[in-house]
Amino acid sequence: MEGTLLIGLYVFVLAMFVGFELITKVPPTLHTPLMSGSNAISGISIVGALLVIGRAGDAVLMRWIGLAALILATINVVGGFLVTDRMLQMFKSRDAS
Amino acid sequence: MEISGGLTTIIPLAYLASAVLFILGIKRLSHPDTAAGGNRLAAVGMLLAVIATLLERGLDYTWIIAGVAAGGLIGAIMARTVKMTAMPEMVAVFNGFGGAASGLVAVGEYLRVSGAETLAIDSGVSIMAGTLIGAVTFSGSMIAFGKLQGFVTGNAISNPLVKFSAGFLLAVALGLAVYLIGFESNLLFYWGLIAAALVLGILFVIPIGGADMPVVVALLNSYSGLAAASAGFVLENNALIISGALVGASGLILTGIMCRAMNRSLANVLFSAFGTGAATAGRAADGDRVATPIEAEDSAMVLGYASRVIFVPGYGLAVAQAQHRIRELADLLTERGVAVRYCVHPVAGRMPGHMNVLLAEANVPYEQLCEPEDVNPDMENIDVAVVVGANDVVNPLARDDPSSPIGGMPIIETDRAKTCIVIKRSLSVGYAGIDNPLFYLRNNRMFFGDAADALARITEEVKQL
Repeated sequence: MEGTLLIGLYVFVLAMFVGFELITKVPPTLHTPLMSGSNAISGISIVGALLVIGRAGDAVLMRWIGLAALILATINVVGGFLVTDRMLQMFKSRDAS
Repeated sequence: MEISGGLTTIIPLAYLASAVLFILGIKRLSHPDTAAGGNRLAAVGMLLAVIATLLERGLDYTWIIAGVAAGGLIGAIMARTVKMTAMPEMVAVFNGFGGAASGLVAVGEYLRVSGAETLAIDSGVSIMAGTLIGAVTFSGSMIAFGKLQGFVTGNAISNPLVKFSAGFLLAVALGLAVYLIGFESNLLFYWGLIAAALVLGILFVIPIGGADMPVVVALLNSYSGLAAASAGFVLENNALIISGALVGASGLILTGIMCRAMNRSLANVLFSAFGTGAATAGRAADGDRVATPIEAEDSAMVLGYASRVIFVPGYGLAVAQAQHRIRELADLLTERGVAVRYCVHPVAGRMPGHMNVLLAEANVPYEQLCEPEDVNPDMENIDVAVVVGANDVVNPLARDDPSSPIGGMPIIETDRAKTCIVIKRSLSVGYAGIDNPLFYLRNNRMFFGDAADALARITEEVKQL
């Protein structure tokens, strides 16, 4: 058990560094889509919600909590990616417009 | 046995692939041409992660389909109908939902493990952290949404009691967490921890002024990522840990950029209650200084025969719904051979990059969008700088007077342009509540009026040239 937590920490710290490297290269022009897009990525807790429902078994409260988490995370994911797409479609080059 | 053995390898590999897709997706956000594709790549990554999870045995598909259908429908409707000006509210709400979802995952896991055994220290720490961060992100985001929307007062509520209560609640929450991990698992105490964390989130955002909300939204963005990462620790799922870390990093960087753009530390934004009211009302109507007015005809003349023009749009432009008007004028000038660019200050909109989205919505080509660092070194060669609906971000006091409330804040130095035209209703002060000496400079002209109307009139006059 100690091992998994430690590996998780390794993954977390390294991913943070990757994040810093990637995101400093995003130009200020695209910071709003970056926020809404990364926001959609944080909806990855949708995976967690699915697992909670899966592990609930007969525990009714846990099942409902999983369902609430699933709905909220899905709103976050679907809404986040769609609105980011809508925004990015607006960014056109002079040649295209 | 063989199939399930295969799945235990395939599922983590699929998670790895989706993490890679997220990283490649964000990488493509580095240019407007590739950004839309990058976002879709990330969406594919998410789909992959969901499909991989659905391969786990023992899932109840009726509940899952119901949840996904409900959430997907709500999310799609919100994404389609939201106005671009309301993007900060939308992101605030989504931050809150993401935080709540991650927090609920921790709650669900606590309910599962608490009945059977005392908590193992590592899963205990993960669950408590996930619960705390998730709850704070949720309630804090809802207050930020309320402030942006105007349900909750935009004023900074500065009160020693607020700070004391926040500190006290944090201590209570941490104490409960330690007790729950170290001594016994107690459901009542756990609900108490959640309640304390929810109130803590409210107290964290309430003292912050409306003008500082962009920073708060960026910070909450980071929290929603950290909440997802802690849910990943709870479930020992690397897909959640990686994605959460990426978002956490993104939010932190944006928070840092916003703070730097205002020349304030994060601590100052969070705790100093900037903009509590009109305490520093400017001396806008000083008798001995004269602001020179200008009319549409003369403005058109100056602009029409210039060779280099920059527009400096502020949020006032969006309030006046004048993005299309400014683009029409810019297009007309471009046709006449004038080199036109829009210089956007990082805090020009209501969230990082917001003004750029509003201009893109009005079909401004992204090549014409630039940043203060691109323009300032060359400002002497700009013939005309037109400031529309902006004030503090072009205030020379930020550069010249370190003791001013905005001293040291990076500005767009339109005062150094050959001619500056400020379109504004009056000589009143901006958010920071201080006078702007730019208005009284010799090379500055004031065009008094509504932004949309003023730009339309100038456009008409340029057509007559």
